[in-house]
Amino acid sequence: MYPLSDNLLMAVCGEAGDSIQFSEYIAKNVQLYKMRNGYELSPRAAANFTRRNMAESLRTSRSHLVNLLIAGYDKEEGPSLYFLDYLASLNKMPFAIHGHGSLFALSIMDKYYEKDLDFEGASALLMKCITEIQKRFIVNLGKFRVRTVDKNGIHDKGTIQPEPVVAA
Amino acid sequence: MSILSYNGAAIMAMKGKNCVAIAADRRFGIQAQTVSMDFDKVFEMGPNLFIGLPGLATDVQTVLARLKFRLNMYELRENRRIKPKTFMSMVSNLLYERRFGPYFVEPVIAGLDPKSGEPYIASMDLIGCPMETNDFVVSGTCSEQMYGMCESLWEPDLAPDDLFETISQALMNAFDRDAVSGWGAVVYIIEKDKVTKRMLKTRQD
Repeated sequence: MYPLSDNLLMAVCGEAGDSIQFSEYIAKNVQLYKMRNGYELSPRAAANFTRRNMAESLRTSRSHLVNLLIAGYDKEEGPSLYFLDYLASLNKMPFAIHGHGSLFALSIMDKYYEKDLDFEGASALLMKCITEIQKRFIVNLGKFRVRTVDKNGIHDKGTIQPEPVVAA
Repeated sequence: MSILSYNGAAIMAMKGKNCVAIAADRRFGIQAQTVSMDFDKVFEMGPNLFIGLPGLATDVQTVLARLKFRLNMYELRENRRIKPKTFMSMVSNLLYERRFGPYFVEPVIAGLDPKSGEPYIASMDLIGCPMETNDFVVSGTCSEQMYGMCESLWEPDLAPDDLFETISQALMNAFDRDAVSGWGAVVYIIEKDKVTKRMLKTRQD
């Protein structure tokens, strides 16, 4: 997870080298934009900037093979979450998951997600998702770091871990 | 599996009497996994001009951005609205520039001539080979089904309301037989002084 600015957070997964190189490149450019212009990129602008960079590199031999989630809070637009896959398709979504976990967790989100969840509700939902992944997915993913983004910035909420599965 | 059917899409356009219609599904998926059900594939390019871009979602967004830029430059330079036929050439040109490394989209264009109000529809393959017709055009992952539905439902000189019913039924019954498109639809009915946008609730499976 990389903070891009005061209220912009990006989660990355994919090719190990690419994910660090690319997310740092985006993070530094977002910072540079702020220094040059005196104001920050909105989450929408940052997501489109990232998309464009990915789309341009997609047809070269040095394309960035990374999947991204970009979460941010904007005074005018409110909170937003963007889903960006390695082909550079950008989608604004209420909830989003990348990778194999999505096969299990998307349906949990579909069933239990509500529009105006508070932090407790959201974190209970996250817990449901990772418990299901722990139960069904062959790889044990261990702990998950939780961060929130709101009008006051990025907050670290520690880590969560699914309950160990007990044989029935 | 073809890269054109990686994300899944279904788009069609039809001519009516002094009106045209363009309709698209709303699914964005990654192969068989549906990721979102509110993905736009039909875009307004002028008051009476629309383009539908089925194909690889990343190229839908890239082509849209590049097209919008060229269209804005054209309208600033010429200081007038573009004609649908000219716009079709612009799209064709943009796609053919990438002849040997194409954008994976097969556009559908629907519009009315800004002066005469003449209906216009066209479709194109991914390298920009255009096809203009007098009845309907289809493009996307279930084009066979869409051709079948259009062939049986479409008739000449449909009024706007009848055209809406025809295109909606044609699209819905086509993509219900396709696993990678559907999950809601949007229909635009374009008349000389009015554009009606309607969202369709469809089967969600």
